[in-house]
Amino acid sequence: MEIMVNISKRWGYHGIDALKKASPGYLMLMGSFALLALAGVSVGLHGMIVGYHHIYGVTREISWGILISAYVFCVVTSTGLCIISSIGHVFGGEAFMPIAKRAVFMSIIFMLGGFCIIFFDIENPFRMAIYNVISPNLSSNMWWMGTLYGAYLVFMIIEYYFLLEQNHSLSRLMGFFGLVVGIAAHSNLGAVFGMLHGRPFWYGPYLPIYFIFSAAMSGGCAIMFVTTLAWKINPEIMNQRMERAMKAICQVTIFLISTIIFFTIWKIVTGIVSHEKSIVIMSLVTGDYAINFWFFEIFLGMLLPLFLLIRSRGNNFNMIMWATGLMMIGIFFMRYDIVIPGQMVSVYHSLGVEEARDILKYTPSFHEIMAALFGLSVICFAYFAGEKMLNGHQLEKHEIVPEGGYICPGCGAIHFMEEGETEEEAMRRHHKIW
Amino acid sequence: MKFPNIDMNKLKNEGTESVTVKERRNFLKLGFAITGVYASGKILSLSSTYGVAQASEGSDFVEKYPYNPHYSMVIRQSLCIDCEKCVDACNKTNHVPEYGYRTRILTRKYVGQLDKKVEFIPVLCNHCNDAPCVRACPTKATYKDPVTGIVRMDSKKCIGCKTCMLACPYDARYFSVARHAIDKCDFCWDERLSKGETQTGCSSACPTGSRTFGNLTDPENIVFKLVHQLEESVWVIRPEDGTKPNIFYMKGNMESVDNILKGQKFKYSDPAKS
Repeated sequence: MEIMVNISKRWGYHGIDALKKASPGYLMLMGSFALLALAGVSVGLHGMIVGYHHIYGVTREISWGILISAYVFCVVTSTGLCIISSIGHVFGGEAFMPIAKRAVFMSIIFMLGGFCIIFFDIENPFRMAIYNVISPNLSSNMWWMGTLYGAYLVFMIIEYYFLLEQNHSLSRLMGFFGLVVGIAAHSNLGAVFGMLHGRPFWYGPYLPIYFIFSAAMSGGCAIMFVTTLAWKINPEIMNQRMERAMKAICQVTIFLISTIIFFTIWKIVTGIVSHEKSIVIMSLVTGDYAINFWFFEIFLGMLLPLFLLIRSRGNNFNMIMWATGLMMIGIFFMRYDIVIPGQMVSVYHSLGVEEARDILKYTPSFHEIMAALFGLSVICFAYFAGEKMLNGHQLEKHEIVPEGGYICPGCGAIHFMEEGETEEEAMRRHHKIW
Repeated sequence: MKFPNIDMNKLKNEGTESVTVKERRNFLKLGFAITGVYASGKILSLSSTYGVAQASEGSDFVEKYPYNPHYSMVIRQSLCIDCEKCVDACNKTNHVPEYGYRTRILTRKYVGQLDKKVEFIPVLCNHCNDAPCVRACPTKATYKDPVTGIVRMDSKKCIGCKTCMLACPYDARYFSVARHAIDKCDFCWDERLSKGETQTGCSSACPTGSRTFGNLTDPENIVFKLVHQLEESVWVIRPEDGTKPNIFYMKGNMESVDNILKGQKFKYSDPAKS
């Protein structure tokens, strides 16, 4: 117990006590996410027992549905948080440093949420743990994606530990490994789609490249959303350094949204001239997926946040919160619009047979939606719990600075001075580049 | 250089009877080499050694197969009457559940053709030499049999990620609840071939001989004979994916095919005389 108290002091945590002090409304919010997660996991387990075949909307032709979309959404956001936070605490962009702890924490949470979702998509998840190890297929993108994401999660957890421990050299090293492995994993996820023959909408190098830029955009959006929301929960987390960080991330995100707009324009334009791709593109532009595409993906996901973020000048946090919150919804549809339409042209369409004449349809079933909500509510629950229990991911409050420690003006964290050391020497030691 | 002055109009027509078989074959081969469309080394999986196959395109086949016996099926499309006996036989033999299928028959309709309004195309796993499903599987649960070239499943390794279902350009896979794994055509290896039979369930059930199953490495085999001829065009589905499939298609109700199967050499018939 005493060790726990020491650790919470050392890391600046409030722990369970913070939850006791939280307002009833806050606890109810957390409770509703916990209930939703419980409902999701029970429905998912029900599906697992009955057999997904009977209750999931996926079919032989469209075998990846909303669960894969939600998984992609989670891991894209996770990788993006890692990319954006690494600008600061790996590459030394000082303005980005204050977001590191929240970003790395949320990156881990999003990854775990993604794993929760994929658990209910994989038919035999328990076999995966065994045969991924003893029977690996090194030419399979799926194998690389799974394995690298596993390694990524480990690196991120170690990195988070060193961030708490104020060991900046090692957290930087782990952050670097996490970034490299995360980008490798994420581009492999793009290649899982991009290397499938007979799926012209996915096939090619476009998706691995798009996924990385898209991840960075999602990361910028997610960190701004969770930080401004945290500011609503506890206004004290905002200070000059954090304001500077928000402004910098806002600028980067504006740039990244523009990049994704550019990517999307060329996806549409090149797709229209290829027969099988154009079927999919037209379904996005004028067909069944037009609302998904124009309203959610383009308007909520790109144009509205672009406009609002520019208007906010990076310091109107209310506006940023609304812009990025709506953008998160748009980004979810962005993922959905990659996964589902990619499968809706039958492989026999080019043969001109009756059976493959029409585009294939998919509607998510109740069980699929609940299983996806399970992962997403786990993320929300962990976020709200984290904001309270981890003291808003901040360390600079005077009362929690332990003896011998001081607030680093560079990174906003607590540093400890060794004997006979000045503050400046301690800072240099903490931030040294080996 | 001077060209002799020949008046084409005054030359006597030699007719086609005087053209020898050998000359005709050479001429045909030349045509195939130029168009590269018909049964050339590229679409056939006659050899997976790329360089040789490319070099031989249209001229001579390199009769070397990566597997022995190299199981293959030639589907003579025009003979298929959509009786679905093959599908029933397959379902029965391999205990295929109601919601799945290992093989099916597709229908292509035509408007404005004189002879036919509809054509049936049986499809199944193509047992590709460069199988995309085998590459995509994370745990080697699906693999090329090193002896026969059949794409098989090691069900206990299947994690059910369904990547292979999407990787397959022939829609040949489905998830079987009973097996807890992806199920697919294995040329009836488990149920028939490994027990000494020589035909698959579907090919033995086919009443018209549309599905012909056999060993591509055996020159006496019907599959070998149907593929190794130049008279009738042989093709595969989705050659652009470069998967080197082992299911070949041809029209197959022509006189020339009968001649091939009867072991007769080609005979040219002059349409003007008949």
